[in-house]
Amino acid sequence: MPTLAHYLIVSGLLFSIGLGGVLLRRNILIIFMGLELMLNAANLSLVAFSRFNLLADGMPNYNAQVLVFFIITVAAAEVAVGLAIIVALFRAKQTTHVEDLNMLKF
Amino acid sequence: MQLVLFSVFSLLMLAFALGVVLLRNPVSCAMSLVMSFVALAAVFITLDAYFIAVVQVLVYAGAVMVLFLFIIMLLDLREEKRRRVRLSAWVGGGLVVGGFLAALIQVISALPALNVTKPVVSQPLANDVAQVGFALFRNFNLPFQIIGVLLLVSTVGVVLLSKKELK
Repeated sequence: MPTLAHYLIVSGLLFSIGLGGVLLRRNILIIFMGLELMLNAANLSLVAFSRFNLLADGMPNYNAQVLVFFIITVAAAEVAVGLAIIVALFRAKQTTHVEDLNMLKF
Repeated sequence: MQLVLFSVFSLLMLAFALGVVLLRNPVSCAMSLVMSFVALAAVFITLDAYFIAVVQVLVYAGAVMVLFLFIIMLLDLREEKRRRVRLSAWVGGGLVVGGFLAALIQVISALPALNVTKPVVSQPLANDVAQVGFALFRNFNLPFQIIGVLLLVSTVGVVLLSKKELK
């Protein structure tokens, strides 16, 4: 049987991969995908804690799953707004490469 | 059996997540991300979180990824040109990620309380939609409605951002 530590290590690995993507990739869309990976890592550890820490009535703690539901909703809204900003940026500069986007105002 | 399923799906998830970071074509990255999300939904099912798994597939593998692919097509992104890699960026990034992982593994292995298998639940968990619904609409009714306002605000914001000329 997998233990809680297994789930937490997998979640940490997923977070590290996402963080590595954010730090090392130069395409702004791929950076965004790395952010999504990090949010999913947080969701995984929340669901794992929910299942492993039973409440007094012997059921999983569903508050954590409600929090995951909220995180998924906020992430969807964030993706919509972020991609709209990226499209606006692309219209102005014709690039998605972050090293070409080095001015505060243009 | 549970351990086998957990290992297979977590390895798949991590492998596809690595694909997102390492592949050069943005469409391959997006497809890799879809597979990573689907494998993560399977890992949620090993935790008996059926509702969250279904929402994960619907929202992430469905809506969010369609949005990503749509934007990639819209911007007509090609395979990235190979640019000169900055060594300092890779060393710095690797140090941050490696340091984080090392600290995490040290903390997890230092806590024996985390080394527990799944406790037995008092009732079967097949109807967890009802349980999540009770928690959502009883304890978290106000946050739920605030989330609705947030979605409305983001919709209005996206429409405004997508206009041709901003006033």
